[in-house]
Amino acid sequence: MRAPLRHLLGIETLRPEEIDAILSKAAIYADGHKADRKPFSELTQVNMFFENSTRTQSSFELAGMRLGLDVLNIAMATSSIKKGETLIDTALTLNAMKPDVLIVRHSGGGAVSLLADKVDCAVVNAGDGRHEHPTQALLDALTIQRRKGRISGLTIAICGDIAHSRVARSNIFLLQKMGNRVRLVGPNNLVPKGLAELGCEIHTDMRTGLEDADVVMMLRLQKERMQGAFVPSEREYFHYWGLDEEKLAFAKPDAIVMHPGPMNRGVEIDGAIADDLSRSTIQEQVEMGVAVRMAVIETLLEARR
Amino acid sequence: MTQTLTNAKIIDPENDRVFSGGIVIEDGLIAEIFEGSRDGTDLNGIYLAPGIVDIGVKVGEPGERHKESFKSASSAALAGGVTTMIIRSDTNPAIDTPETLAFVQTRARENSKVHTHVTSTITLERKGEEMAEIGFMRDGGAIAFSDGDAVIIDSKTAIRAYSYIAMMGGVLIGHIQEPHLSKGAVATSGAFATKLGLAAVSPLAEKIGLQREMALVEMTGVRYHVDQITTSAALPVLERAKASGLDVSAATSIHHLTLNEFDIDNFRTFFKLKPPLRSENDRQAIIAALKSGLIDSISSMHTPQDEESKRLPFDDAAAGAVAVELLLSAALRLFHSGEFTLPELFRALALNPAKRMGLPTGRMEVGAPADLVAFDAETPWVVDREKLHSKAKNTPFDGAKMQGQVRATWIAGEKQYEI
Repeated sequence: MRAPLRHLLGIETLRPEEIDAILSKAAIYADGHKADRKPFSELTQVNMFFENSTRTQSSFELAGMRLGLDVLNIAMATSSIKKGETLIDTALTLNAMKPDVLIVRHSGGGAVSLLADKVDCAVVNAGDGRHEHPTQALLDALTIQRRKGRISGLTIAICGDIAHSRVARSNIFLLQKMGNRVRLVGPNNLVPKGLAELGCEIHTDMRTGLEDADVVMMLRLQKERMQGAFVPSEREYFHYWGLDEEKLAFAKPDAIVMHPGPMNRGVEIDGAIADDLSRSTIQEQVEMGVAVRMAVIETLLEARR
Repeated sequence: MTQTLTNAKIIDPENDRVFSGGIVIEDGLIAEIFEGSRDGTDLNGIYLAPGIVDIGVKVGEPGERHKESFKSASSAALAGGVTTMIIRSDTNPAIDTPETLAFVQTRARENSKVHTHVTSTITLERKGEEMAEIGFMRDGGAIAFSDGDAVIIDSKTAIRAYSYIAMMGGVLIGHIQEPHLSKGAVATSGAFATKLGLAAVSPLAEKIGLQREMALVEMTGVRYHVDQITTSAALPVLERAKASGLDVSAATSIHHLTLNEFDIDNFRTFFKLKPPLRSENDRQAIIAALKSGLIDSISSMHTPQDEESKRLPFDDAAAGAVAVELLLSAALRLFHSGEFTLPELFRALALNPAKRMGLPTGRMEVGAPADLVAFDAETPWVVDREKLHSKAKNTPFDGAKMQGQVRATWIAGEKQYEI
């Protein structure tokens, strides 16, 4: 038996049982059950977001509060880092304050695990560079499980800017571990060839990429990447890779459409599809986010008792 | 409608043969090819070959219609036996949006008398910065993508653009040049340029340019056509690229095949070309490479310039020459010198460029479009630039002696030109 989970730094190192356990716990909260707050009162959660975030930070904040933790947000944008302190020194300073769980987002891949090595508490990666965003993949998995009744044996098309997406990487790891067929769809400049070696099918054509898919997962494309750098223009991107009715018709009739947000309507997704609640899970994903983060924090804290 | 052309010397580039016979044309296609003589239009023993496919013709629409229009360019093409023009994107504005492409295609459709296919740019304004809408332009019928003589200097931009073209299944027409080395140069470095005191570029600039482009092709997998290779130094690079299986083809220009740097003596600006004319050793090496098939095709690199832009000191004069009309006559010099057979010449002038551009023309075969040129290889004549059909008259061949002339040109079975 493996040691209990100390941190959640990525999906890549998780075992399927660990994923299942988190999802089962999260499912209970998602069903509206309230947490027993007593075990967590007087514990402290510190949110350190070196990159700006609204939805993820709020979601973690809410998750901590619902578990009864004291939640402290440190605005890293105005912190000592700006005064020249190194990441490790910041970590040591924080560690001296003895938090119980640290939620960290950083623009550098690997920065969160570097920090985790230097502190005594549990660390949750809330996104490191283009590397991983494990809680997003878990909340996506929970959403799929609730809509599809399972999280294995599905064909899942992840579409758009895979190259710059930590969401994509965590999802690829999770969905493959759980036994799904993962397709990556997008222009070749945004879909690194190396991902084929991870066992994904690579498609540059949405029609073949979406064919018979159970789940269509759209990714956000940042505007500056469209203006002639990776793809020529927004209109050309939408024409070939934006999700509209015509392209979605290649997926299974009951396929669901996911998006981690924030979305660019008319660029990667047609607004009408995003708003179609029978197909789009975009709001549900946000809801599942809180439940999953509660389950993650609880799992890590219980392991340290 | 059926018509028969008979009593010709048929040139079949694909099967490398010349024979007495004729062809039957039906619905614009070659319906039959026969040996011997039949009833029909008597060509009196002159040659009949597939029409020339010229990659890289500059037409001044939009922006420089006073230099060349579709009407004048296609008249010149017909008189030169060129039945398909692949026109360049380096117009003003450049053909860098689907809207401009559609405009140019409409102009070509309404005014060009020969088959005309349009190249569009790789980057906006050919600046090498932002990728143009390559997908939309592919779907709009752009036959290839090229920034003309502008090299995309930023390798990251180049890699992304080349990958994108590869994904879209397009052909890229590239210019091989190390732009920092060739900047400001008007001649090829060597004793002759030194004597004239002209700013000169080393042939190495072409070699480095080709090496870099081949590395990008290897990385991105794009189908690549070199607009013109003109130096001996670059040839081994091309040879290695082909041997390693890269999907690359190359043309050279009619001027670099038939002229050399000494021709610019007395600072004659009609001989100012880009890249500049090379040494005689280079010219000989290029001829040998064309003969061996290492170089695939011959282009006119037709570049109309008005009198004002040529009537300047050599340094300041515009580069380029009109050539679509004289392409075949000039190429026949290589036939008369004994260096090429006629089927070999038409492989380079018609068959290979047609194949590379994915066009069914350029071959003497049943089912191919009846795009044809009839010419004699003997009649001596002297070029008078004022008689050219192009609006611009900037040819280095003015006053040159030629042997052999186009007599008639057919586009899809219709005779469009005859003398």
